[in-house]
Amino acid sequence: MTAAGDERMWTARLRRRAVSALPPEQLLPDRQPAYVSSWIYVFGVLSLASLLVVLVTGVVLALAGPQWYHVSGTGRFVNSLHLWSVELFFFTMVIHLWGKFFMAAWRGRRALTWVTGAVAFLGSIGTAFTGYLVQSNFDSQWIAGEAKDGLNSVGIGAFFNVLNYGQMLLFHVVLLPLVLGVLIVWHVLLVRRRGVVPPYEQAAAAQAGTAGGHRADAESTVDSTVPVGQKQEVAG
Amino acid sequence: MPDHRGVLAALIPMDSPGPYLHWGVIQISVANLVVIVLMLLVFVLALFLRFPGRHDDGSQR
Amino acid sequence: MKWRAKYRAAEARYAAPWAGAYRRYDIVKEFVVALVVVSLLTLGLAAVFGSPDRTAITLAEWATNAPNDFVATATSELAGSSGTATYGAPYVDDPTAGQKIGPLALQRWAGVTTPVDTATEFVLNPLATVPGDQGLTDALAQYKAATADQQQKWATAYGDALTAAPDNDPAKVTAGDYGPVPVLADRLLGYARSGGLDGQLLAAGSFYQTDYTRSVLFLADGTYLADQAAAAHLGGEQWGMMNETGRYPGQAWLWLYTFWYQVPPFTTKGSSWADSADAWIWGIMLVLSLVLILVPFIPGLRSLPRYLGVHKVIWRNHYRAAQPR
Repeated sequence: MTAAGDERMWTARLRRRAVSALPPEQLLPDRQPAYVSSWIYVFGVLSLASLLVVLVTGVVLALAGPQWYHVSGTGRFVNSLHLWSVELFFFTMVIHLWGKFFMAAWRGRRALTWVTGAVAFLGSIGTAFTGYLVQSNFDSQWIAGEAKDGLNSVGIGAFFNVLNYGQMLLFHVVLLPLVLGVLIVWHVLLVRRRGVVPPYEQAAAAQAGTAGGHRADAESTVDSTVPVGQKQEVAG
Repeated sequence: MPDHRGVLAALIPMDSPGPYLHWGVIQISVANLVVIVLMLLVFVLALFLRFPGRHDDGSQR
Repeated sequence: MKWRAKYRAAEARYAAPWAGAYRRYDIVKEFVVALVVVSLLTLGLAAVFGSPDRTAITLAEWATNAPNDFVATATSELAGSSGTATYGAPYVDDPTAGQKIGPLALQRWAGVTTPVDTATEFVLNPLATVPGDQGLTDALAQYKAATADQQQKWATAYGDALTAAPDNDPAKVTAGDYGPVPVLADRLLGYARSGGLDGQLLAAGSFYQTDYTRSVLFLADGTYLADQAAAAHLGGEQWGMMNETGRYPGQAWLWLYTFWYQVPPFTTKGSSWADSADAWIWGIMLVLSLVLILVPFIPGLRSLPRYLGVHKVIWRNHYRAAQPR
């Protein structure tokens, strides 16, 4: 149901912009370029899945409060789940980073994808750090006592007091996950929008201007003078 | 529900300091070394292990 | 410049939508499989290894296990010579204290946002809450009636005497003019052993409290906490930042941050580099972090992957298929 002037509505404008930036088939695709055929490509989704387990186990810990795991066997097990999902998160995220570096995945207007990923990586380290601080055990005491020196030495400690348990708990459970969440969602949407970075062109193919556009099918009648980027009609 | 301290705790005293390796200025716990070596191993495997399925099944966009 | 035009042309090609071959891809299934794999791995690792949870050190434990260190620390808080008392910003207003990166005294830029008076907050106020001890009441009165100069003389002299005593044992201190300081330190020790100081230092008269600043600062001014940490391999010059209590993996991703604390000039005791090591190393890590974030914009670095050639392994199927038949 449309009436004249509907297209000028804010809702309609936002919807048009969103859909044109990221059409549903691109947001949730059912095809991917044939060059995406290596196990290195699964580490992004493994990081995301690990993060989800971190969040769920964190929610369970939050339900019963920060002292629960000291006094309950179940709580201690959930704490273990939270610890190991964090270890898996960093394990898979760093391998993902290595893979993306060696692929130079920032090529072709994908710089922002790399930037959001790198900032999310550093933000994750900060978030994990606040997690260590709110364990309310010997580790927390020692880490807080040491970390305060680093932060104080550059003036940050004046605002971010690692000895203030209440402040650190709220950073760990509310503030930093929010910031990380925004960064990671942005990062993933950028991957969908820009697509997975294509392979480096081989020297000879680059000169001919046809790198990557070939079909593997020997029967194909690909016109090898057509530049990459133009759709190829394939006969047969 | 397994022992909340972990099954391995029955065999190894998980709460006492573990072994550390020293090499020049480097000191590293066996636990951390295992994690790092595993990461490198998994990375290399991910690069070289064959990825299943036809890499091109004739699909068009 | 020809290479810039070539670079831009290549970038345009890389940005274009892929016009080559595709394969079927079930993105939702991929995520679900990843989630199941990670969940199973997490459950397995947690069930086998568990997690560390070493109990925090209370002031009572410190006072019971290392009473000589406790007394020496309490004395240094009165004398104004403890780590906290000489720290500078954000705890203490002292223009000569604090770390610097060259001429930049970043530690002082935000000022004293968490003022801590160590003598009053760590020693005198807690002692004033202890009832029914006439000897203590008299000692406190004598101390408060004295001039600041006299107070400092007594506390410093007692501190020096403790350092000189065998085992730093207060019972073996040589006679001297220490005023009421030995009584104050001894009563604080007793109060701490009873557990009263833990609550008093944290709450300081309030009902609710979630800020442990004073408790941790006081504890960290002694050597007991640091000794326990060193025994657990968590010390700064033991790559401690990466480590965890027990046999557990720690924060391995902090390897490059802790690395700098293990090498000269930051290990050269007494040098200005070592005195401001925290600040310098923060500066180094900030620069390296920026480099990581800005890789796509750094010529040379952004082209490095092409020369390293790892991509040839990743895309070997694609390159093989693209060979002219």
